[in-house]
Amino acid sequence: MPSSVRLQEMIRVIRSARTQGEERGIIQKECADIRAQFRQGDNGERSHSLAKLLYVHMLGYPAHFGQMECVRLIASTRYSEKRIGYLGAMMLLDEKQDASLLITNSIKNDLSHSSQYVQSLALCTLACMGSAEMCRDLAPEIERLLRASNSYIKKKATLCAVHIIRKVPELAEMFTPSARSLLSEKNHGVLHGAVVLITELCKHNPGTLDQFRKAVPELVQIMKGLVTSSYSPEHNVAGISDPFLQVRILRLLRILGHNNDTASDAMNDLLAQVATNTDSSKTAGSAVLYETVLTIMDINSESGLRVLAVNILGRFLLNNDRNIRYISMTSLQKIVQTDHNAVQRHRGTIVDCLKDQDTSVKRRALELSLALVSAVNIRSMMKELLIFLSTCPPELRSHTTSGIFNAAERYSPSKRWHIDTILHVLTTAGGDVRDETVPNLIQLITTASELHCYTVHKLYRALVKDISQQSLVQVACWCIGEYGDLLLKGECEEIEPVQVTEDDVLDALETVLQSHMSSPATRGFALTATMKLSTRITDNVDRIRSIVSNYSSCIDLELQQRAVEYNALFRKYDHMRAAVLERMPVMDKNSPGHTNGDTSGVIKETDPSKLKPVEAGLLSEPASQVCDLLDLLDGTDTPLQPSPAPTNNPTTTSSADLLDLLGGLEPAPVLTETVYEKNGLSLKIQCDKQTDTEVMVTLIGSNSTQNDITNFTLQAAVPKSVQLQMKAPSGNVIPAHGLGQVTQTVVLNNPNKVSLKMRIRVSYSNQGAVHQDTVQIDSFPSPTCPPSVSPL
Amino acid sequence: MIKAILIFNNHGKPRLIRFYQYFAEDMQQQIIRETFHLVSKRDDNVCNFLEGGSLIGGSDYKLIYRHYATLYFVFCVDSSESELGILDLIQVFVETLDKCFENVCELDLIFHMDKVHYILQEVVMGGMVLETNMNEIVAQVELQNRMEKSEGGLSGAPARAVSAVKNMNLPEIPRNINIGDINIKVPSLSPF
Repeated sequence: MPSSVRLQEMIRVIRSARTQGEERGIIQKECADIRAQFRQGDNGERSHSLAKLLYVHMLGYPAHFGQMECVRLIASTRYSEKRIGYLGAMMLLDEKQDASLLITNSIKNDLSHSSQYVQSLALCTLACMGSAEMCRDLAPEIERLLRASNSYIKKKATLCAVHIIRKVPELAEMFTPSARSLLSEKNHGVLHGAVVLITELCKHNPGTLDQFRKAVPELVQIMKGLVTSSYSPEHNVAGISDPFLQVRILRLLRILGHNNDTASDAMNDLLAQVATNTDSSKTAGSAVLYETVLTIMDINSESGLRVLAVNILGRFLLNNDRNIRYISMTSLQKIVQTDHNAVQRHRGTIVDCLKDQDTSVKRRALELSLALVSAVNIRSMMKELLIFLSTCPPELRSHTTSGIFNAAERYSPSKRWHIDTILHVLTTAGGDVRDETVPNLIQLITTASELHCYTVHKLYRALVKDISQQSLVQVACWCIGEYGDLLLKGECEEIEPVQVTEDDVLDALETVLQSHMSSPATRGFALTATMKLSTRITDNVDRIRSIVSNYSSCIDLELQQRAVEYNALFRKYDHMRAAVLERMPVMDKNSPGHTNGDTSGVIKETDPSKLKPVEAGLLSEPASQVCDLLDLLDGTDTPLQPSPAPTNNPTTTSSADLLDLLGGLEPAPVLTETVYEKNGLSLKIQCDKQTDTEVMVTLIGSNSTQNDITNFTLQAAVPKSVQLQMKAPSGNVIPAHGLGQVTQTVVLNNPNKVSLKMRIRVSYSNQGAVHQDTVQIDSFPSPTCPPSVSPL
Repeated sequence: MIKAILIFNNHGKPRLIRFYQYFAEDMQQQIIRETFHLVSKRDDNVCNFLEGGSLIGGSDYKLIYRHYATLYFVFCVDSSESELGILDLIQVFVETLDKCFENVCELDLIFHMDKVHYILQEVVMGGMVLETNMNEIVAQVELQNRMEKSEGGLSGAPARAVSAVKNMNLPEIPRNINIGDINIKVPSLSPF
């Protein structure tokens, strides 16, 4: 064949090139030839050139200059040229190129060509790269071909119609009537296309779905014919008669029978027949069986059938062929939500598949195992998952760790188990855990107060063994800092006691500080922990001072700032050191899975390394450091509201935090205003502007009478567009003589920026008498605006 | 829907690439490289399904592949296709190639890339399975080839003539008639 000879010659030459550079040279020369060829115009050589160009394109070289040539060749009258032209169009053109519009007319003409092969070329091209405009133009032609042509063209036209519907869903109605009639065709190719078309139509429009439900008996008939027919050599694949068509019909039946009783009833017998009669020793049979099982599970089938289906899947799971096992796990994944108990029965086998060599099978087994974890089997499952984590392939690690954490969060039987599990994960795969793990773990540890001793001992031992896993080291440093005194006490009921001296602890922290493996954040943790230890240990305070002052000239800005501030704490504010570095309060759970609380909560639960001792608000941005210190020296008796403002640290890694900082509020002294004063009860209000639309209001009730005020409750109402969130009050008893106060925080979200008003109803009992009063606040004390927000 | 069909050899050289979704050229080459990288790592006795590539279609797609001697046949499909069905389809496609090329080997795919495309066009169209009956596919491809040959036209005549003469089955015309020593026995005639 002439064109092939030319093409083959070129291919031979290209293959003889020994280096990449040589190949490039040859191809450049060839492309130059081809370009010259195209410019010359029609001389019978164009198709060869285009064939060569397509080969070059496949190897990855640019071939866009062939696009116009494709258009010209398609318009030619010769079949050989049309053939290569259409192929070129499918490879080089797409709807984004302008040249594609030019072939619309050629396609239109070719669709009515006398030769069916030309028609088929046009149909093929339209189905591959037809744009929405082309589809709209040519849809009537396709519809005509659907109805009246031979089976070869019909099957192509059907698939072309599917493409049109995908591109232009509005045209779906055009094809609905013909689709139905196609079901009575005998040719399997056409039937196959028809089923695909109907599936596509049903997906787009529920109304059409109802219409096609009437076709269920017909489909059942066709399936029965396929399943029970005697050997037909034409469509036979490994003993099954046309499995491709069977699978398609089963899928369509699934869509039609879903949530519909009448349709499901009509299919029950057929599904039972297929499930029992299909021979699953070869892939083809398994494909049909697997599709049948999915269909049974998805429609309203009777329970006997469902049991049969799950049993088939269980059998698949035990099959030696890995493909079958993979497929059965994929299908179990689909039904685990609805038929959880049925899948639980196979948990043992699934967990065994975690140990399979094949990565794909492992991945499926992991997904399924995570879905099967429940409160009942959490301990055994977690054991298996942890074993899996130690041997799993790297691409699955982060998924495994997050799955383990989720499961542990939801179903952990005890806090100690939970902490142990997380520690185990951190030691095995600390590099692949999510970023929120560290704060989440720390939060968890603080809430488990009875386990502080145990936890800190375990973490210390882990730290001494290995300091390469950053998340583990960070948590360990934090805990040692917080609970160092428990560590040094040495005794702990839950693990064998080991004597840890102060020097050991400081050595460990210093190793972390100096190691090249520690990230800057980890060093920050370690430095803060060292500092905190200064109040928890007795002998080596000087050593701590020297460590801290060493870092005050560190290149890393974050460490330097911390060191300088800690130094200041040692030198000028030594009397406050104990108060500043005392134990952290229990933190609010603010993890993403938790619905409670917005981020402007009482204590900002972000990276605790940035969470400085909040009570003092001391270690905040350098700009306001001075005024903060003054604040502290003020010694006001209003407890400084633990507002979120001071907790943001300037040198954080995420830019979101930085923006937060710039838009956040400075801890300037907040204004207090008295809004209500009666019968000895006074109500003050303090405002903090969080963001442009959010205000945090703190209501403080104090009592100057002789008797305690009890049952003190506040209710608040705001204008309609404002959202109100009241936090829990600090208490409901206000001691007498101004000895104490009750505070309650209210968060207002004002997206429409209306003028804020609030009406508060106060109710309390004093000396046995119940009082109730309402007060309206029309103007809030304006908080000082941060410098970045322009004042009104 | 089938998103792409790739055939490459054990070293990653592409032998046939067909994308049913638009990708820029460099993206196409990157997909080929990534797919080869993923598939070549696989052992021979593991399952034929692969997940985890990120270039085509995101999370919904799988790679279903079969390894025949020196070639990998990879189909990238999304979840609407039956995985085992696609495995069978790859088998059907390869057997069809075998019938069309008579014991197909890699060289056939290299030198007749356009023919392979035409065969593929009869099996998969627009990302959807068109025909799975091998005999039907082979018959249609035959007819199309015949049609292309028949309308060769005048410009093809000289080349066709040359190939016709080459293929002509003429009996051997003896050129050198080598009459070796022939002992012609002359009967001795009696003297008159």
